[in-house]
This record gives sequence, structure tokens and C-alpha cells, in this order.
Amino acid sequence: MALKLTDLKTEAHNDWCPGCGDFGILNAVQMALAEMNVDPSNTVMVSGIGCSGKIPHFVKTYGVHTLHGRSLPFATGIKLSNPNLEVICAGGDGDGMGIGAGHFVNSARRNVDMAYIIHDNGVYGLTKGQASPTLPLGTKTKSLPLPNINQGINPIFLALAAGFTFVARGYAYDVRHLKDLIKRAVLHKGFALVDVLQPCPTYNDVATKEYWAGEGNLGPDGKPKPRTYKMEESGYDPVVHTGGDAEVADKIHQAVQKSFELGDHTPIGVFYQNEHIPTYEERLNQRMPTYRSNPPAKQEIATADGTPIANVSKLLEEMRV
Amino acid sequence: MIGGAQGTGVDTSAIVFARAAAFSGLNVFGNREYYSNIKGEHSYFRVRVSKDTIRSHVDTVDMLATFDDETLVRHAPEVRKDGAIIYDPDLESNKLENIATIEPPVRSSLTQELTKNGLGFTLKDIVELARRRGVHIYPLPYLTLLKKVGEKFGETSLSNLNRMVNVMAVAASFALLEYDQDYVNDAVRKQFKSKPKAAEMNVAAVAAGYDFVREKYNGSYGVKLEPPSSKEPRLLLRGNATMGVAKELAGCRLQTYYPITPASDESEYLEAHENIDLYGPAAAENPQLAEAATIANRASITVVQTEDEIAAITMAIGGGLAGTRSATSTSGPGFSLMAEGLGWAGMNEVPVVVTLYQRAGPSTGLPTRHEQGDLRFALHAGHGEFPRIILASGDHEETFYDTIRAFNYAEKYQTPVIHIIDKAMANSDATMPMFDLNRVKIDRGETLKGPLGAPNGGEFERFKLTPSGVSPRPPVGTKGVLYWNTGDEHDALGHISEDPTLRTMMMEKRMSKLDLADKEIPLSEKVNFFGPKNADITLLSWGSTKGAILDAMDWLSQDGIKVNFLQIRLIHPFPTEHVKDLLSQSKKIIDVEMNYSGQLGGIVQERTLIPMDQHIVKYNGRPISSEELYEAVKQIAKGNAPKRLVLTHGA
Repeated sequence: MALKLTDLKTEAHNDWCPGCGDFGILNAVQMALAEMNVDPSNTVMVSGIGCSGKIPHFVKTYGVHTLHGRSLPFATGIKLSNPNLEVICAGGDGDGMGIGAGHFVNSARRNVDMAYIIHDNGVYGLTKGQASPTLPLGTKTKSLPLPNINQGINPIFLALAAGFTFVARGYAYDVRHLKDLIKRAVLHKGFALVDVLQPCPTYNDVATKEYWAGEGNLGPDGKPKPRTYKMEESGYDPVVHTGGDAEVADKIHQAVQKSFELGDHTPIGVFYQNEHIPTYEERLNQRMPTYRSNPPAKQEIATADGTPIANVSKLLEEMRV
Repeated sequence: MIGGAQGTGVDTSAIVFARAAAFSGLNVFGNREYYSNIKGEHSYFRVRVSKDTIRSHVDTVDMLATFDDETLVRHAPEVRKDGAIIYDPDLESNKLENIATIEPPVRSSLTQELTKNGLGFTLKDIVELARRRGVHIYPLPYLTLLKKVGEKFGETSLSNLNRMVNVMAVAASFALLEYDQDYVNDAVRKQFKSKPKAAEMNVAAVAAGYDFVREKYNGSYGVKLEPPSSKEPRLLLRGNATMGVAKELAGCRLQTYYPITPASDESEYLEAHENIDLYGPAAAENPQLAEAATIANRASITVVQTEDEIAAITMAIGGGLAGTRSATSTSGPGFSLMAEGLGWAGMNEVPVVVTLYQRAGPSTGLPTRHEQGDLRFALHAGHGEFPRIILASGDHEETFYDTIRAFNYAEKYQTPVIHIIDKAMANSDATMPMFDLNRVKIDRGETLKGPLGAPNGGEFERFKLTPSGVSPRPPVGTKGVLYWNTGDEHDALGHISEDPTLRTMMMEKRMSKLDLADKEIPLSEKVNFFGPKNADITLLSWGSTKGAILDAMDWLSQDGIKVNFLQIRLIHPFPTEHVKDLLSQSKKIIDVEMNYSGQLGGIVQERTLIPMDQHIVKYNGRPISSEELYEAVKQIAKGNAPKRLVLTHGA
């Protein structure tokens, strides 16, 4: 039976601010899951802390709302235990690239087959608007007493350097486009990042919905020109097709170049995709041939009467004197 | 005792010595001391052997086998009168001042001693100093002998020949003790079983060592090491590996870790044995095992080296959420990083096991040395209040069975379990009886298996309020149901709630699991009590001091001092009533701990209101020996000890 959008909504009270970009992301996630017709009880949404951290409570799949910055290792533990699960992580830019930056980089090294959505709004919303890692140097959002003294991180560039095998950027209010990106990220074999430009109507009065829609950025026709554009519409091909070293280098190179197009002409869409890198699960299965067929969470460990079924006699024989 | 620079095979020689002794039926206890260094600093290994049970090391050295200058300089003074020193005569002219790794205080006290005796400052003088104290001195010309061995095998590389000095030192030691050479050969072959050529060359080195000693020193030492008349099959266990085997048997299928001494050896052991055989020999007779055989024929444990200990604990919790028995192993600095994750597991009622190998802190402390300084920290790590279970094992055998219990408790009470051991246990080798695998039972508590029906539109009350405090738990990903988890206070479905009434009930639900655990865990798993019911002195302790205490008690009872020993194994929930009963009958309570403040003594007093009469503490980074403990208790029995006695032995 096909999954309907309403099947993915929960009764939990949603306390995000009116107009929050999180709603766009939530809708895109639910639409993507419905279109993919996932089994909700085979799907887990894992989040960190902050406004974005609440998203699992609004999606009717398994939800795991973890600690600040730690959604990725939690999610990795779940996925490696039961690789048949569809695991989707979500977190803010502070969660993922501030307190959780170590996990961001090292999760990319592992390339576990999961998707990761970053609610990228440049501020720490739930603690009332401090500067977060993607806020550019010198920007003064409304609750900052002084302009931001730190440089902003370029999440796309960082993700490429760390080794993400799928790197994309979406915009929270282009829900259909974002939905397609999320679907591609979930379907991607490997660790997939979707960085989502997400206006925070309460604390980020610089990168607002109006800003992204083109306010003050008039085109030749004299009309506001949106500050985002879709890379795929200009024929950009992010996919590594054969996996040769030279091709990979070329694709990363063009993605890095794209990642520095910012401001009035900000690309959205898929920057890079490479399915030729083995996933962590595949690497494990190389070493442990029964890993996929008998993964950790599915293994029987005892009989009904509690007798362990692991046979450690060879190990004990090594120690016998 | 055998010593040498790190990276020169001290560990190999120690394990060869221990195995060779154990193969004949002797009991063995050995422990390793080493610097936080890769190559060059001094490390040494002490091995005791006996026909009787032995559980600890002693400070006095009977026989010191050396092949470098530093070991001789450092340890010659520890060799008893009538003991023996084996050394390399080629090193005789080496000067004390040229051994860079000797600390200034050691150097100056030795210099004073040599001056007082009218001696110079070379190795020859240090040997002479020992000889004057009545120590037997045995020069062993390693290189000359090894060159002859090399000739037979066409091996001329000096560095390859030098790799065998350790085995030759072991051989010479056993030869002086007139011990059966075959056992030594067996031990060497086992050690080098993957390198047959090296094995045979080392066996030849053993022969060369034996022949030289027989020819030059035959029978001169006067101490014979004889095997017992009958031999029981036993295990020669090392702490890290024991834990590894137990985890596989317990059904641990996800282990995460960040490299740290002295915990990582366990994870490396697990990784080296990540493919797990299933079904014991009983499978043929046991129809249930045969049935399980149809499910899968092999298992595996996924071992993940993470980017830090925060990832290690949270990834293990992720495994626990998904229904995998999951664990992480660490030491104090890593455990410090795990505090927040631990609280999340408590809040979300996730089974997870943290194996805590204590080492000397605070901060980096003495990274390769021993201490029991983390008891209070394990008890209180994390903000807010949540239930946790803390087990502390006293020796390898207890470690084995406690590991299985740790996983059972984690699932039965759906909460984190901290299993504490320490550096002394991790790096010691001891002969222990064969494990009785029939004693091992796995209890997964109220873990539910899917697929489940959908009683409430698929939503499942994972945190349902129940009389016991434990709620049925379908792992995340169980088909047919759904629920949520959050570190926020939550309702039965796992959604955030700040309702004050619900908060009170949820706190009570979680914390009441400790009462349940206290009620259900049998007394035999909570404490050990040794010695007579009525005694003049009660020793109170926990963890790896157990061996030294039991060995010292044998000697104390020979001296007519009546001592008993209460070992606390379940630290939390604390067995208050039972401990109170036992201690209220004690005439004098001595708290024995490897830390500064007597942490267990404080906890016992807090729980039972019974104060400690005396403390014996040690915090110099070296494990307690049975000898120094014996002396300390004797001093207290005589009534002339300070209330807090600080032990300081160890190099």
C-alpha cells in the first residue's frame, strides 16, 4: 500500500517559530519518504540538539533525538548494527560543524550508507541567536552585540575535503527541489550530505527568505533575481561515472570551484556524487563475510534457555596450559 | 624478573617464561611495568611460579635475568641474598653515567652506595656490589653463544641474532633452576608458531643457553624448580584477552573504542577475532542449539575505531538502541569524555557496557601505570541523576564471569553498566582454572523480538510506566512499531514533555530500576567474603588488590593474626544492608585501596555510617605487592601504624 504524506505526520506539538525554514525541510523529508514508499518502522531519523534536533518528533518513523553534535556517531552505531535500516540524520550547522565537526569529518572517512541533512541557518537559534559556524566574518545578525569575529565555514568545500561521496545543497523554501535532493541522498550508496540554506526568521535578519528571493538583487529586467540557481539547469554533471582517479580529481575540482560561488549567485543541487568508493558496510563485509547476511542486531546470541551460542573454544585453547 | 629496553622483546620473554612454567603444571602470576614510550625506555616483567596458588607479585627478586645495562642498574638492589643475577659480561665496562634513561635520584643513590663500598661506577662494580651482598652472579656471553647458533642457521645479521637474547636469558634462568628444557622448547614453539624458522632458531638458542649453564654453573644455584606431581588443565590468562573472549561469549556484537592505554589491547584482540564461531560442542546433543544452527552458521563482532571517546560511547549507544549488545572500552581520560553520552543512555534506558580500565590520573597522569582512582568518578559521571550499575572485578576469573553479567544487567535493567578493572589486571598473566561455561547464561530481559503488531497505529509505548520500572523494549528498527527517543524528558512514546507530574513519574520509573537490581542480583555477585567470620582485622577492598590481599592473608594467619577480607564487587547499587551486617561485627576495619583518598572507604561510610579504622593506600603508580601489604597489616596489628599508611614500593 502506498504511503501517504499524512502517514508520516505525528501528533507531537510543533513549536518551531512561524515561518521557520525547518518547516520546509520537514515537508521535503516527508514528501521524499512518501515518494520512496519507505517502511516507517524500517526508517530512523536521528538528530542532534537545537531547533533542528526536534525534527524526528514530527516524522512518523523511528526517531532518535540525541546529544548536541553527536547525531552522526549515534546514527553510525544504529546503521552498523542493522544495515538494512534506512538512516537519515539531521542537525544544525552549529551541531554539525561546530561542536560536532570531528564527527562530520570522520563520518565522511567511514562512508556509512546514510544521509545527513544540515539545517544551515548561520545562527544558534534555540539559545537565542549566537553566531554559528557558517555565518560569514563581519556579519551582524540582529541578536549579535557585535559583528561576527570568526570566518564562516564553507560546508560544501569541507565535505569534499573530508570525503563525503555525495555533496548537495538545497534551499528550505524550494521544497520540491529539496525533496528530490533528499531522495537522491537517501538512495545514494554511501554517506550523503544535503546542506540546506534555511532562513531563521527570528534571529538571522541577513540571509532571510526575501534575501534569497532576490531582494535588492535586480536582474536586467529590473525584477528581483533570486540569489540561488540550480546547477543542473546549466548542464552541470556532478556524477563520477567510471571511478578512475583522473575523473574523480576532475569532478572534485569542479565541485570545489562551484562551492566558492556564493552570495548573489549561489548554486543549489548536487555538487558531487561518487558511488565507486566502498561503503563502510562493504568494507566490513570484506573482512567478515557474514556481516551483511547476519548483522550485529540480527544475530542470535543465545538459545531459549540462555545458553550462549558463540563457540569460544578455539580462543580458550590458545590460552590453555 | 626480566627487563630490558622497550621494543627488545621483554614481553615475549615474559610470556615464554610464564608458559614454560605453566606447561609443567606450575601456577604462574606475572605482571608487566612499562613507560609511556615506544622504544628505549626501561620495561620489566615479574613472574612468580609456585606449586601452590599465587595471585600477586612480591617485591623481593629471586632471580634477575638481564641483557642490557639499565635493568641491571635498576633492579640488582632488589635481588635478595642468595638470589641470582644473569648478565652480559660484554657490558661490564659500561659506565653508570652513560645510561641516559636512569633518573637522577636513582643514579645518585646508587653512586653513594658504590662510593661507600669503595667501588667504581661501571656495571662491573654494580655486579660486585651485589656479589658482596651474597647474590649469585652468572655472566652469560650472549653474543658469543648466539653467533654459534647463527652459524648453524646461516644467520649472520647481528640485529637478528640480538633478537634472541631475551629467549636465551629465559633459557639460562630455567637452566640454573634445573628445569626440564622440553617445557621451554614448547613455550618457544608456541610463541613463534607462525614463524617456523624463527621458532627453531630460538629453540637452538634455548639449547645454547642450557648447555652453557650446565657446563659452567651446573647445580651451583642450589634451587630446583620442580613441576607438581599432577597437572590440571588450566588457562594462562591476560586481562585484556580474557575480557575479549568473555565479550564474544556474552554476545557483544559491537565494540567501539578510541586508542588508549591500557584499554585498546582488548579491542585489538576483538578485531583480530572478529569472525566468531557458533555453537559449542554441545550442539549435537542439544536440540535448541541445533535449531539455532539453522538461523546462521557464523557470527561477527563489528569493532569500530572512532574519532574520539564521545563517538565511541554514542556509537555504542546507537548499537544498543538497535538491539545489539554493545560496549566500549576505555581508560580514565576517555571515560571523562563519555560522561554526557552515559547520561543519554540512562535517560533513554539503553543497554550499553563501558569497560573502564583504570590507570593513574589525574589528567594524563602516569598513562601506563596502575591506580584505582576512578571509583567515585564512575559512580557520579554525568549530570543529573540516572541509574547505572557498576561492577568491579578482582581477578581474571571474575572478569570473565562479570563481563557476561555486565551485558545481562545492561539489558535486564535497560541502563548503562560500567565494568571497572585496571592496568594491573589488564597487563598481568595468571594461571586460572578452566572456565565453567555451563555457568554462563544470557538474559536479555524484556528485549522484544519483531515483527510486532501495531496496537496503537504503530506507535509503541517504549517508556510505559510499569510496576517494575522496566518497560518492554523492541529495538529501534523492529518492524510493525515505532517510537522515539530523546535526551529531553519524555512521555511513554518518547516525545518531549515538560509536564511536572510526568517528570516525577519518569524519574521514579528510571531510578526504581536500581531497587529492582538490588533486589534481584544475588549476594554472591555483590561481595566476596574470605577468612574467618570472627577476626581481629577486617580488610575492605575492591578490584585487583584482591590477589595481594589473599596472598598476604595466608602469611598473616601463619603469624597468628586473624584477618578476614570483604571484597566489594557490586559498587552500585551498593549492597548496603549486607555490608553493614558484616562490618558491624568487625573489630578493626582496614580500607585497602590503590588511591589517595580511600574512595571505597568513603562510599562504605556514606552508605553504612560505619567509619574506617585504618587506611592502607598506595598511589605511586605501581600495584600493591603481597609483601608490602603483609608488612603493613602486621604493623597495624602491632598497634604502631599511623591511621593512614601509604605504601611506596615499586620501580
